[in-house]
Amino acid sequence: MQVPKELMYTDEHEWIKVDGERAVIGITDYAQHNLGDIVFVEVPELHAQVASGDAIAVVESVKAVSSIYTPVGGTIVEINDALEESPELLNQEPYEQFIAIIEMDDPSDLDDLMTPEEYEKFCQAQG
Amino acid sequence: MSQLIFEKSRPHSNKMTIPPAEVGHVDINKTIGEEYLRTGELPLPDLNEVETVRHYTFLSKRAYGVDDGLYPLGSCTMKYNPKIDEWAARLPGLAGLHPYQPVETVQGALQIMYETAQWLSEITGMDQFTLQPAAGAHGELTGVMMIKAYHNKRGDRGRTTMLVPDSAHGTNPATANVVGYRVEEVKSDPRGLVDLEDLKSKLGPHIAGLMLTNPNTLGLFEEDILQISELVHGCGGLLYYDGANLNAIMGIARPGDMGFDVVHVNLHKTFGTPHGGGGPGSGPVGVKKHLEEFLPIPRVDKRQDKYLLEYDYPHSIGKVKEFYGNFGVVVKAYTYMRALGREGLKEASQHAVLNANYVKEHLRDTYHIPFDRLCKHEFVITAKNQMDSNGVATMDIAKRLLDYGYHPPTVYFPLIVREAMMIEPPETESRERLDDFIATMKEIADQAVDNPDVVKNAPHNTVVRRLDEVKAARNPVVRWEESGDV
Amino acid sequence: MRFTPNSDAVVQEMLNSIGLQQLEQLFDDVPDQVQMKRPLDLPPEMSEMELYSHLSHLAGKNMAAAEHPCFLGAGAYDSYIPAALDQLLLRSEFYTSYTPYQAEISQGILQAIFEYQTMICQLTQMDVSNASLYDGATALAEACTLAAVHTRKQLIVVPETVHPEYRQVLDTYAISGYYEPVFVPCPDGIMDWDRVAGIMNEQPAALVIQHPNFWGHLEPVEKAADLIHQAGGLLIMVVDPLSLAILKPPGAWGADIAVGEGQPLGNALNFGGPYLGFMAVTRKLMRKLPGRIVGQTDDVEGKRGFVLTLQAREQHIRREKAGSNICSNQALNALAAAIYLALLGPRGLKEVALRCHQLAVYAQRRLEEAGFPLLYEKPFFREFVVKTPDAAAINQRLLAQGMVGGLEVDGGMLLAFTEKLNRQDIDRLVATFKGE
Repeated sequence: MQVPKELMYTDEHEWIKVDGERAVIGITDYAQHNLGDIVFVEVPELHAQVASGDAIAVVESVKAVSSIYTPVGGTIVEINDALEESPELLNQEPYEQFIAIIEMDDPSDLDDLMTPEEYEKFCQAQG
Repeated sequence: MSQLIFEKSRPHSNKMTIPPAEVGHVDINKTIGEEYLRTGELPLPDLNEVETVRHYTFLSKRAYGVDDGLYPLGSCTMKYNPKIDEWAARLPGLAGLHPYQPVETVQGALQIMYETAQWLSEITGMDQFTLQPAAGAHGELTGVMMIKAYHNKRGDRGRTTMLVPDSAHGTNPATANVVGYRVEEVKSDPRGLVDLEDLKSKLGPHIAGLMLTNPNTLGLFEEDILQISELVHGCGGLLYYDGANLNAIMGIARPGDMGFDVVHVNLHKTFGTPHGGGGPGSGPVGVKKHLEEFLPIPRVDKRQDKYLLEYDYPHSIGKVKEFYGNFGVVVKAYTYMRALGREGLKEASQHAVLNANYVKEHLRDTYHIPFDRLCKHEFVITAKNQMDSNGVATMDIAKRLLDYGYHPPTVYFPLIVREAMMIEPPETESRERLDDFIATMKEIADQAVDNPDVVKNAPHNTVVRRLDEVKAARNPVVRWEESGDV
Repeated sequence: MRFTPNSDAVVQEMLNSIGLQQLEQLFDDVPDQVQMKRPLDLPPEMSEMELYSHLSHLAGKNMAAAEHPCFLGAGAYDSYIPAALDQLLLRSEFYTSYTPYQAEISQGILQAIFEYQTMICQLTQMDVSNASLYDGATALAEACTLAAVHTRKQLIVVPETVHPEYRQVLDTYAISGYYEPVFVPCPDGIMDWDRVAGIMNEQPAALVIQHPNFWGHLEPVEKAADLIHQAGGLLIMVVDPLSLAILKPPGAWGADIAVGEGQPLGNALNFGGPYLGFMAVTRKLMRKLPGRIVGQTDDVEGKRGFVLTLQAREQHIRREKAGSNICSNQALNALAAAIYLALLGPRGLKEVALRCHQLAVYAQRRLEEAGFPLLYEKPFFREFVVKTPDAAAINQRLLAQGMVGGLEVDGGMLLAFTEKLNRQDIDRLVATFKGE
């Protein structure tokens, strides 16, 4: 299982990359592996205002469905259209494919996120 | 390869004739108006009756019913569907009734509905039943709506949460959500029963109720049911009985006596009506006195030997379905109940429970039994042993059963057990059929050791092999089109 | 009569083989306080012969509308069912099977549903159909939930020309909080245009149009479609599937969701059920469509096969996040509908629809000549309300003549015409109206 060092993580298995005022959000290798073959991604609504903890997207595999929660509030400024046509990209390159880019209202939302080390332990605890 | 009916279509081969109306000329361009008419051809398949009959006969041979063999599908009660029930439901005096006929012309039909409700009340220990819901999930919806109406009428609007055990059927949480409740899970304890401490910690003035299956989805009787009932009622909540597993306890114990306030039963499980390849079912709902006023309308009533449809219940939740429910299914269940009578119903439950314990005991040495206690009409085993030694999964075993002419058990449910197989051998199975099934399960377990690939790649003998579900879901083709694709 | 094959002796051997002596021990885990200490207070078992006479007797107490000229419709129609249909439905591989979760041994059922879905698309001219829902009314409720979830708005505009029972079910289902129905009075037999248009600035999620409506009349669909789409809502059409053989289908009107009662397609009256609700949507709503859906795929050898697909939408996966709790379809009724459509074919279905319309037009003309005009002067397909203050009395006279009259409504009687009726039946109807 890959857990890149330069990212931050949530307990819902999302990764976050901070780029100035912007947070890039995707799902982790652990998440894609547990979901199995991803068959559909309901991409977020562009320009939507979201609050921290909101479900912004849905990822479906054949036998499971998972909501993607944003750990940060703000405005969705970019979405990944490619996932609509090719949801399997999330299986193939989970850390190359983002779900949404959010312009953050309050960077302190990031304070609760896990470090790569913490996240790795968290996953091990989940088995 | 199997051809679709559309691929068999040939222009002008259908020779069904409809007699002319002989009422003079009617110009639909005027009577209806050109702007309202369909333009172009109606694109339906065009086949002669012979070809249509052969097509569907061919399709029937590629399906598998209870009449084909053992169907040990947990929580689904795939018992034999008596043929007399099919005959009864087709009687012109029952099948040919219009729902809006005057009540004096449908007295026999109303009597069947009235008596069916009475029988179900006695079997479950409830006070009154509605037959309107069309399926188990629909019954749940109706029951939970009544719970909400009950709290609302009392002005008790702070009850926002419905409790469901972590072993519950998926419909329970889905139903609670659809009715607008927040769902909270109650854990199972090491016995496989409701964890009383966890339940206590979740109770409070915000609890609308608890939805429970008893025996539960592990096939275990909730021994603490009276305590559970006291706890839930003590905090002002109501107790909902999911009747999926009623086949275990007819004439032995009644949900009403356990403290349940609302009950749904599945006529297509417990009362022998056929599943029809996925429906129609029927999910009558029974309630105790304090919930009667919320039952859907109309209710079938009887006054001075005359049956009638009564609409005047101002606190009713309303209608959950057109007309009065799946009457045709009710007729079959009624016929079934009358056939068995009081002793037959009890015997059905006793034999169902015996069959389950018999199969469980004889599989003990081969398969892992996660909750190894006396079971009711079903039990859960797992493919843990097979998984650990050769990576043979529950799905592989299920698919291998197909090669032997069995319908597999319910798999990967309940969710709290890994690699679960939930086996329900109903009372209509003879010992010989059970012995055959046990032998097959053992043979597959042996193969999982000696020749795991034959199990992992099963089925081998079916008309198609394992299907690519990922492809189906990624690029959905959900209808035929001339070009072959949507 | 029981269906438990094991004899007492075999039962005893089975008990012994698992270390028990008697059946009662199987219930040792049931607490004493909840064990029933008495037999069920029910009659004893019946032999098959006794059942035969008992059920025959009960059926004999009814008057089967289907065996008499029947002018009742209002959502359930006494259509002719070809003889081949029931014979096929009695194939026990169809009717005694379970939901086709095990695709490899259920290809027949899955293919039949795939074909049903296709036929519903052909009739409605919509992109995607599900495998059917409980009935027309609940299909409408599901459609309203879908529209509300999709548009993220709540208001559903429902003219009162929609079947009253559908409106009642819609009202009951509104407890979910997903949508809020607004019922619009329509005194003139078709939707009240001004009142409907007046609500369009209140952010509607959808407009529901039953067409032909409950009174049998044609609605101004084209204008209504523009209206709701401009307001950013969806158009939900409730349609009689038989009418689609000659009427412009929902897809051609620009409907986003089409639902209806499938009973007229080869399903017996059955005193109101089991029937089937059909539901079809545009492609962009596909992944929000409730209920089962069958899709085409390949097996490991590349052979075409069918599976239940898009299951991630469904309750057994979404559990407390599911927008619908439905976990069945009316498979056997959908099969009946598909077989019916196949037996009739495109020409046959069109002829049935035309015959219904022609008989209705003839009856309306004759009734008008006899002094019973339309209550609402509008075009109709196969149903209309005839104006009379004496509907109840007329119905009594019809019954005495061995005919099942129409539905008594305010100011008149709603009459329906199926292809089973003929000119003589209608002449008798008119004569009875006149009191002859």
